[in-house]
Amino acid sequence: MTTLVKYQSQLVAKPYFIAAIGLFIGQILFGLIMGLQYVWGDFLFPEIPFNVARMVHTNLLIVWLLFGFFGAAYYLVPEEAERELYSPKLAIALFWIFLVAGALTILGYLLVPYATLAEITGNNLLPTMGREFLEQPTITKIGIVIVALGFLFNIGMTVLGGRKTVVNIILLTGLVGLAVMFLFSFYNPENLVLDKMFWWWVVHLWVEGVWELILAAIMAYVLIKTTGIDREVIDKWLYIIVAAALITGILGTGHHYYFIGTPEYWQPIGGIFSAMEPIPFFMMTLFAFNMVNKRRRDHPNKATVLWAMGTGVLAFLGAGVWGFMHTLAPINYYTHGTQITAAHGHMAFYGAYVMIVLTIISYAMPIMRGREANCQKAQTVEMWSFWLMSVSMVFITLFLTGAGILQVWLQRMGEGQSFMDVQDQLQIFYWLRMLAGTVFMIGLAVYIWSFFITEDQTENS
Amino acid sequence: MSEKFTKGMARNIYFGGSVFFIFVFLALSYDTVQRLPERDHRENITESVVLGKKVWEENNCIGCHTLLGEGAYFAPELGNVYTRFGNSKEAVKAFIKSRPKNGIPGRRSMPQFNLTDEELDGIADFLKWSSEINTANWPPNIQG
Repeated sequence: MTTLVKYQSQLVAKPYFIAAIGLFIGQILFGLIMGLQYVWGDFLFPEIPFNVARMVHTNLLIVWLLFGFFGAAYYLVPEEAERELYSPKLAIALFWIFLVAGALTILGYLLVPYATLAEITGNNLLPTMGREFLEQPTITKIGIVIVALGFLFNIGMTVLGGRKTVVNIILLTGLVGLAVMFLFSFYNPENLVLDKMFWWWVVHLWVEGVWELILAAIMAYVLIKTTGIDREVIDKWLYIIVAAALITGILGTGHHYYFIGTPEYWQPIGGIFSAMEPIPFFMMTLFAFNMVNKRRRDHPNKATVLWAMGTGVLAFLGAGVWGFMHTLAPINYYTHGTQITAAHGHMAFYGAYVMIVLTIISYAMPIMRGREANCQKAQTVEMWSFWLMSVSMVFITLFLTGAGILQVWLQRMGEGQSFMDVQDQLQIFYWLRMLAGTVFMIGLAVYIWSFFITEDQTENS
Repeated sequence: MSEKFTKGMARNIYFGGSVFFIFVFLALSYDTVQRLPERDHRENITESVVLGKKVWEENNCIGCHTLLGEGAYFAPELGNVYTRFGNSKEAVKAFIKSRPKNGIPGRRSMPQFNLTDEELDGIADFLKWSSEINTANWPPNIQG
């Protein structure tokens, strides 16, 4: 197959993107299972209890986003550095190691009880399992570290041996941060408070810290390519956005330290800094819209531009606005650990990280497949999938927010009613969420379909 | 963005700002770790509590429940379950032991984990210890 990439080694990104989309499908399937379990409590019980479905849902999300980030780096770093990737063979080897390790882990979750998985993978030797999002067996975690180190070596050698653009430097910083913070997943003290405190060093400093660097770098790259705006302008934006992300996000960790046994001074500190966390996301929105408005060329890939602008908007809404809503301690006192958190989590992850990965896939896949942009029909279908997925995600978030507000009202005010009594009264919201989730799945199917539309080749240059 | 605001200035804000706040965060984290003993009552972490945390983790309890508000939102908060169950370890153990293997038709149900007596004691001790952590008066009421 012909290709339009500048450097042949950029093509290693392709399997990463395909795997990412494949795992994305799995993630949404298990999301639907959980959605059904919220309305039919015994759905698939005891074969797939809720905790297993949730582990698969969240772990697949993390793994496919990592596939997306890795693919993005393999695609854009050589082009930015103006040289071939240091070792395409290493990139392909790591791809298979990561995919097989990931698949075995998911199968482990599904096929044996979690306690058995812990036993056969030697969790006794170095207990790291059973903590939210870090449920992977210790050997899988070690595998992740090896893959990350190999990946960083490969990308690092490429960046350092070539043209050092701001995009590459910020991306590399973010990826190094991702690997370094993950090391805290091996620290699992017997004291729950310490455990929780440092657990956030992985989870918060990933999604509200270094991942934002990766997001901003990918966004900047796509905007440079699709708008033709001068790099000097883009670079300035990029620096300011990542500065705002880290200046607010690092001490913003404090908004997780309100009620887990850590001192109360985190309430004002975490509140003030996390209240400013929407700023970098708002700037990202301004960035995307400004660059597109001032564009010097009309890139034929309209779908990519739509994804990029959508990322700005939904990341700001999901991470920014929905985060801000419950980030201040006096409010979080009532909302902590309710469906409000679930609402925020869904739109934040979708708007920021899912959409940026779909943005770079939308930009890079056609080029790797030998055309600057897909044909008009394929793009139209892709844009339909954008709207179906994005609008349904907004509704998932709204329904969960409704559930959360009612839950706080019934369960947390005054004497309160018991958790399960309250859950029974939230059924209507869970049904509506299920409906919105189904539309999301349809949107995802439409998205997949868009890759198989190849007619009308005249649009391609 | 204005011409007077140069790329160099933007870069300095990024590097300077990040490094500064990383150090502030590390200093605050150090201070927090120093203060924790009086809030987490670690002197009460017995071998049974340690076993309990391991049982908690190896059965992925966090996949349905919250503990101090963190986890999944499918099942009740357990940070204060010991108090909610009338300060009774026996009640906690009895509940876990009595879960039907095939669930409850149409309802959410906790799986039957077939824990040993030692593990049941451990999880109950762990949840009792958790209920004594100083959490700044969270949760707002006994319902969790």
